[in-house]
Amino acid sequence: MAFPHRPDAPELPDFSMLKRLARDQLIYLLEQQHEVDKLYKVENKPPFSSSEQLCFLVRPRIKNMRYIANLVNADKMAGRTRKYKVIFSPQKFYACEMVLEEEGIYGDVSCDEWAFSLLPLDVDLLSMELPEFFRDYFLEGDQCWINTVAQALHLLSTLYGPFPNCYGIGRCAKMSHELWRKLEEEEDGETKGRRPEIGHVFLLDRDVDFVTALCSQVVYEGLVDDTFRVKCGSVDFGPEVTSSDKSLKVLLNAEDKVFNEIRNEHFSNVFGFLSQKARNLQAQYDRRRGMDIKQMKNFVSQELKGLKQEHRLLSLHIGACESIMKKKTKQDFQELIKTEHALLEGFSIRESTNYIEEHIDRQVSPIESLRLMCLLSITENGLIPKDYRSLKTQYLQSYGPEHLLTFSNLRRAGLLTEQAPGDTLTAMESKVSKLVTDKAAGKITDAFSSLAKRSNFRAISKKLNLIPRVDGEYDLKVPRDMAYVFSGAYVPLSCRIIEQVLERQSWQGLDEVVRLLNCSELAFTDMTKEDKASSESLRLILVVFLGGCTFSEISALRFLGREKGYRFIFLTTAVTNSVRLMEAMSEVKA
Amino acid sequence: MDCYTANWNPLGDSAFYRKYELYSMDWDLKEELRDCLVAAAPYGGPIALLRNPGRKEKPASARPVLEIYSASGVPLASLLWKSGPMVSLGWSAEEELLCVQEDGVVLVYGLHGDFRRHFSMGNEVLQNRVLDARIFHTEFGSGVAILTGAHRFTLSANVGDLKLRRMPEVPGLQSAPSCWTTMCQDRVAHILLAVGPDLYLLDHAACSAVTPPGLAPGVSSFLQMAVSFTYRHLALFTDTGYIWMGTASLKEKLCEFNCNIRAPPKQMVWCSRPRSKERAVVVAWERRLMVVGDASESIQYKQLTIQVLLDRLVLRRLYPLAIQICEYLRLPEVQGVSRILAHWACYKVQQKDVSDEDVARAINQKLGDTPGVSYSDIAARAYGCGRTELSIKLLEYEPRSGEQVPLLLKMKRSKLALSKAIESGDTDLVFTVLLHLKNELNRGDFFMTLRNQPMALSLYRQFCKHQELETLKDLYNQDDNHQELGSFHVRASYAAEERIEGRVAALQTAADAFYKAKNEFAAKATEDQMRLLRLQRRLEDELGGRFLDLSVHDTVTTLILSGQNKRAEQLARDFRIPDKRLWWLKLTALADMEDWEELEKFSKSKKSPIGYLPFVEICMKQHNKYEAKKYASRVGPEQKVKALLLVGDVAQAADVAIEHRNEAEMSLVLSHCTGATDGATADKIQRARAQAQKK
Repeated sequence: MAFPHRPDAPELPDFSMLKRLARDQLIYLLEQQHEVDKLYKVENKPPFSSSEQLCFLVRPRIKNMRYIANLVNADKMAGRTRKYKVIFSPQKFYACEMVLEEEGIYGDVSCDEWAFSLLPLDVDLLSMELPEFFRDYFLEGDQCWINTVAQALHLLSTLYGPFPNCYGIGRCAKMSHELWRKLEEEEDGETKGRRPEIGHVFLLDRDVDFVTALCSQVVYEGLVDDTFRVKCGSVDFGPEVTSSDKSLKVLLNAEDKVFNEIRNEHFSNVFGFLSQKARNLQAQYDRRRGMDIKQMKNFVSQELKGLKQEHRLLSLHIGACESIMKKKTKQDFQELIKTEHALLEGFSIRESTNYIEEHIDRQVSPIESLRLMCLLSITENGLIPKDYRSLKTQYLQSYGPEHLLTFSNLRRAGLLTEQAPGDTLTAMESKVSKLVTDKAAGKITDAFSSLAKRSNFRAISKKLNLIPRVDGEYDLKVPRDMAYVFSGAYVPLSCRIIEQVLERQSWQGLDEVVRLLNCSELAFTDMTKEDKASSESLRLILVVFLGGCTFSEISALRFLGREKGYRFIFLTTAVTNSVRLMEAMSEVKA
Repeated sequence: MDCYTANWNPLGDSAFYRKYELYSMDWDLKEELRDCLVAAAPYGGPIALLRNPGRKEKPASARPVLEIYSASGVPLASLLWKSGPMVSLGWSAEEELLCVQEDGVVLVYGLHGDFRRHFSMGNEVLQNRVLDARIFHTEFGSGVAILTGAHRFTLSANVGDLKLRRMPEVPGLQSAPSCWTTMCQDRVAHILLAVGPDLYLLDHAACSAVTPPGLAPGVSSFLQMAVSFTYRHLALFTDTGYIWMGTASLKEKLCEFNCNIRAPPKQMVWCSRPRSKERAVVVAWERRLMVVGDASESIQYKQLTIQVLLDRLVLRRLYPLAIQICEYLRLPEVQGVSRILAHWACYKVQQKDVSDEDVARAINQKLGDTPGVSYSDIAARAYGCGRTELSIKLLEYEPRSGEQVPLLLKMKRSKLALSKAIESGDTDLVFTVLLHLKNELNRGDFFMTLRNQPMALSLYRQFCKHQELETLKDLYNQDDNHQELGSFHVRASYAAEERIEGRVAALQTAADAFYKAKNEFAAKATEDQMRLLRLQRRLEDELGGRFLDLSVHDTVTTLILSGQNKRAEQLARDFRIPDKRLWWLKLTALADMEDWEELEKFSKSKKSPIGYLPFVEICMKQHNKYEAKKYASRVGPEQKVKALLLVGDVAQAADVAIEHRNEAEMSLVLSHCTGATDGATADKIQRARAQAQKK
């Protein structure tokens, strides 16, 4: 298991630098400048602190400003004077200052910025930890984070040298790339003459491929995320996993040797692997029988600690597996996966629709139902009007009328739409796309989004061969393509696009696919003549997911890397999955 | 030999001096210099003269004339002084001429006599008039110190960043001090003044008496004082004809000298040659010049850096020469040529006789996209000269759209500023412009502007969503966006309103909006919700318990759980709950209550639209195998095997699967054959399979 990399695979850049940088900045801000000694989480309740000074480390959001304003005003009412400091991360927005001013506390607080946007979650994964990016950009049309993305790319290029080849698809990708280029030009010379460490950068908007993100994950890391919610690279394993009465916070990254071997595996292999591992471990323990004193001393001082550590991790992951199996290998889950595969492959649509309806009627899970509806809509170019109405009606009856707004959101984002009767839409579409020049493009985003875009999934799937032809059983132990991350049923669209473009080193020959993705004006290549790029760096690829990427996509690309001798590095606005995607779109009563 | 020494004259016993003319002045002065106010800029800079600086009694014809000459006397500018009476003239380090008027107003002129700006030294100065003024230079810039008619001092250490500082009072000061000077120590400007036999040091906090170390006794008054250019050294001339020279900190005496001349000198200054360690004070009377020297350590200051030199050339509009120097010295473009070109462009925009078109083109031709040149700076200069159109033309060349925004706002071109801000991709900048526009335009125009800029619109909407809900509504109204208006009121129906009447009213408004938006589905759903709310309210009144805000499904469930089956049925009919859902719902509720009797009655009420497998499942979920088995027998053939397996009847499941000759069912049963007693069943299936394959 855990296939080794090809011997010629490039080394990953050292991201610990980013961590140090961020940590030092934060310590400086908190200790030197503000003398902070205790940290509280910003929640919707007053902090139990009697300090003379309160320091808030917050995202620049209006909601947070109002929280702070309420707190300061409450202090004022109580006749209490304290010093207040707000540290915005990664940057301060003017709108936030406006709110502080309108709430009458601008003079009472002082503001600072912590320009931290890249958190290395793993040796190959950087997260901006901006889960709000998805809703802000893809639903609200708020472009405020694009600058943050450009700044992050700029930081990476100053640390790891210029990027000789850039590719991208999607409006946000294009804007981020342009803004980043501008930054580079303004600070000309900083990266000049440096040897590039990262040969290719690929930027991709989440809305180019919603389908992959909406699928149930079945590789271990994704499954752990779907089941237990990985947060910032760590997960809380509850008592049912730890088989004790305590929860345990566990970091999930390459440092965990057991996890590192199973993270990219299809779940069906994981249990077998773990039990094999347990047997090996037992054998190693057993060696101590029949040891003499000296050998025993050696064993205890040198091997025992490592074995115990491995033992601990092993039992944790076995516990996690059991817990997942209890939840996910039940008949319900099998049926769910079957329905998903049917939707991806485009057969038994009527049965799938009935399945979804039953799912809603039985109140199985509001988020799951929504996800299936979206998957049906995208794979089918929208729901037929009758189903669109009835599924929504049933959903409202099950989960409450506020979801009328959820549906409005989903429609706006293009996730859940109604099939347009005939060609009217296509005609409209071609008219609009003629109007779309680059600069005008941004201007009509709004107009566009209400005009449901056709997802064309079926046609794209055919063009890019996303559904592998199955001759006999798909061997999940020795995968032959990226489809293994979805049990061999589907190659993630996002990953396939990346694979194709890297193969051609351009979008050439992909015109039809790009058109079907509604991205005719939004797929770009930007090559700079760079003779200093070593062949090694040219096999190191940074993939930037704008709006979030899933662990399944990461696993798929890691697999592709191993096959082709590349190494992928991932930069995402946040790690996402189908649940987070749906929650971002859901309207909840406050 | 004698030709070398011929023009050297003896100075004292051991030194000689010579006098020769370096160059002659080109000017043609009619007045005596003594009748003029004179100011020479440091480092061989220009000289300013004010002729007839006399007082206001003069008739208008005899208005004073301000003249500016180069260091060699080449006339640079001449203008009639029409402002108020001038007290003092001086050059700033940037070669700006500071003219201090009696009323405390300081007028600032450029090297070529061009008026730049003016500022006042404050009300106190205005009221008490300026008695005396000094312009001085520190490392921060050039300062102005004023002695007012009330014998108080006011100073600003840097006229570029004007901060007025009124100095504390000197106790017992009734008349003007006999002499005073500005000093700069520890980066703070001080004033040293002499009153009779006493010296006082004024800083912004206190006035303290000071005594120079080793001062000869018998002094009853100080007639003159001088501080060296670097503020390191101080010289004092007393009424006894005695000169004290020491450090400006008054901690150390360097030397003293008695010249036996008791008349007050006209001038006393420190002088030293570059690289020389010799420091000397030159004292001048009407007809006598005296050099008092002291050999002590001194440091060479390189104050005149290459940048300053270039600045000076630029000020003199000697652009080509400056560029040649840059090229010769191979200065980096940004510090050298680009900077000079930018200065040239700033000068160019002031040429009022050239058309906007031509100036803009000329500037762009020469500058192109030279790195380090900021078109927005040049445009700002053009705007400063009142050439708004030229300024806008120049801004077009500015590649960074963000840089264009602040100036465009200043020029009140807010709509253009908005498009530029959007182009820059900087949402913060866009927001800044939006707030400008909001204040500048009336609401209607503001909304219209937003309408054409969707990116700005969504940004503003985001803000309103959290901060100005009413404005958000207005925005949707303006756009006839009935769909969003509907959503807005739906949200209000549970987020803003609390009373049931208010909530229903909000929903009614929402429904109306949805109809206008031709969204019949949403309108109908909203009307249903109105009905539901009213009904839930009635249920709460009649039955107690919580019903409000439950979904239709949960409302029915709650009714069943509280034994209100009739009402539940009625509600299900009213809200057209499909049969399937109702069966799922009832099944779940009855099983939750473990009302097995009622469940069985229900199952027999008519043919189940969801089949009987769910009955088996739900009973097993409640661990009631007995009840489950009752329903297993009623499960249709397709799901029979599943049902039998659920209730643990593996053997019968096997029989059914074999009877069905269904391969999938057989493997399913086989995978359940895990118990010790299932061996026979497994064999049976294997046999059936083998037989099936034979056929």
